[in-house]
Amino acid sequence: MTASATSPDVPTFQSIVRLERVQKFFGAVQALRDVDLSIARNEIVGLIGDNGAGKSTLIKVMTGVTPPTAGRIYVRDKLIDLSDYSVRMAHDLSIETVYQDKSLAEKQPLWRNFFVGRQIANRFGFIDIKREKEIADQILKDVIGFRGVGITVDSTIGHLSGGERQGIAIGRAMHYNADLIVLDEPTAALGVAEVRKVVDFVRRIKSSGRACIYIEHNLAHVHEVAERLIVLDRGAIVAEILPKDMSVIELTEYLIDLQHKS
Amino acid sequence: MPKSGVISILQGVEGLPIIVVFALLLALFMYTAPTVFLQPFIYTTFLSTLPPLILLAIGLTFVIGAGEIDLCFPAIIAFSGFVFAVLFKEYNLGWIAVAAGLASGVLVGFVNGVLVAKIGIPSFMATLATQFFWTGMATVLSGGKSYALREAEQSSVWQWIVGRPFAGSQTAWLAQMPMQALWTTIIVLFLWLILTRHRFGEHVLFIGDSNEVSRVVGIDVDREKIKLFTLMGFLAACAAIMLTLENKNFFGNQGQGYLLTAIASVLIGGTSIFGGRATIIGTVFGCFIIGMIEAGLVATGLTGAWVRTVQGLIFLISIIFYLYADEPQRRRTFFARFGRFQGFGRVQSVE
Repeated sequence: MTASATSPDVPTFQSIVRLERVQKFFGAVQALRDVDLSIARNEIVGLIGDNGAGKSTLIKVMTGVTPPTAGRIYVRDKLIDLSDYSVRMAHDLSIETVYQDKSLAEKQPLWRNFFVGRQIANRFGFIDIKREKEIADQILKDVIGFRGVGITVDSTIGHLSGGERQGIAIGRAMHYNADLIVLDEPTAALGVAEVRKVVDFVRRIKSSGRACIYIEHNLAHVHEVAERLIVLDRGAIVAEILPKDMSVIELTEYLIDLQHKS
Repeated sequence: MPKSGVISILQGVEGLPIIVVFALLLALFMYTAPTVFLQPFIYTTFLSTLPPLILLAIGLTFVIGAGEIDLCFPAIIAFSGFVFAVLFKEYNLGWIAVAAGLASGVLVGFVNGVLVAKIGIPSFMATLATQFFWTGMATVLSGGKSYALREAEQSSVWQWIVGRPFAGSQTAWLAQMPMQALWTTIIVLFLWLILTRHRFGEHVLFIGDSNEVSRVVGIDVDREKIKLFTLMGFLAACAAIMLTLENKNFFGNQGQGYLLTAIASVLIGGTSIFGGRATIIGTVFGCFIIGMIEAGLVATGLTGAWVRTVQGLIFLISIIFYLYADEPQRRRTFFARFGRFQGFGRVQSVE
């Protein structure tokens, strides 16, 4: 493993993640073609594109869920050996992902959801439940800011609202001192007030010195918080846009034009 | 808030509803068949006959909790039982026969796990196929014969695994206390710790909740599933050896009766058929209930033919109960459906 994971404060690297000519095939279908992308420290990058443009695939490749068919991935300017790149390794390299509805297990209590995959356990693998609950309680109150809303570490995820779930998942990522937090459509299917909460969580990511990749369908939400927008179309990056150069309406028209060009 | 305090205590006790049902059923049989259920011998009999069922059901609690199913275990009881019996009787291998029996179960379970996790066959189909395969193998290899282990009581294997350590005691019920009850208790306690406090148990429940979530939080789903089926194979082999030694006989279809009873015990106990929630304590009481129904109905005077019917019925009722009690979404749709019926005007309207 890389030693740099232990010293996130020292800026010894240019980009947190850099992809070079990444390809991904599912059978004969090419989901990603020649993707080159670099994410700098403490920047919020919006990833947009139509359904099936390859946004989710790109994220999965970047975070070790599925390996790319070809190409190179650098984390903190170091080339990753793709044969042993995994979610666990991405965690070790301080990359955390918050999936739309796949980050938390519905029937399990909050505290288990915080620690699953990296439990506080003794060398025989038995979990220190008391400590896990204490720390989970602390994250709940201090990092996420859930006070007196009837949510405890023993609540099951199924009882929480969509915005609360995103808060839990983002809070978990921040607790693990991620340098890069990937958000996969965090506001999908949320009400207005819930969306506000999520946007605030994203701002917290920025102000805490971390980087964020924000995948979003709703252009207004992503336009509001992102510093740079990457447009994906049929598996390839087709444009890079700065929100200050383009309003939400212009952006929408641009994307519609893109669809008609085929 | 005293009320919510009481509720949280009730929810805090693992498997409480099933313990209550067990107590009620016990009281019922004590009333209908006092000559049997107010004597200690029925309970010592349970201790010698229920361990195989409990071991199978505990393994299935993990498997079903992970959202999978294993239908292969009756075949493991046949196959591992055969491996053990033939080595024990024909080759006089004693403890080596025990080890070989266990190893054969582990191997069959491991193969099941690979078929499900790596090859990707749905566990229902994979284990149905391997059930036929290993039952067939056991029949072919044994030539359809049964093996009577006549002098087994003399061996240390018999004495350690299913012996009666207090056989010389003056107290009649103590003299009948069987060793397999002790082993089963130890295994159950250990696996209860694994399910509730160990990494593996947590992974099993997360996998049962969602394979996708489990992958993104970094659980090696394939490896844990292989472990799961291997554990099931091991427990089925333990059950096979206990059963063969207790009966002092091996026969090819000795596992067949356990398919319904073991699955029923798990689901009656409160483990979710959809995975993600599992309770060892519930399963143990589920086994007691299944075993008690068998003895209780016969002692009450009904014929043996009724036993399966009643077990099937209780199985079904308990599934429906848990479905609506523990899955809030289903409960809501259920009552919505009910409401529509009432609105239809066939039933008296509610206040």
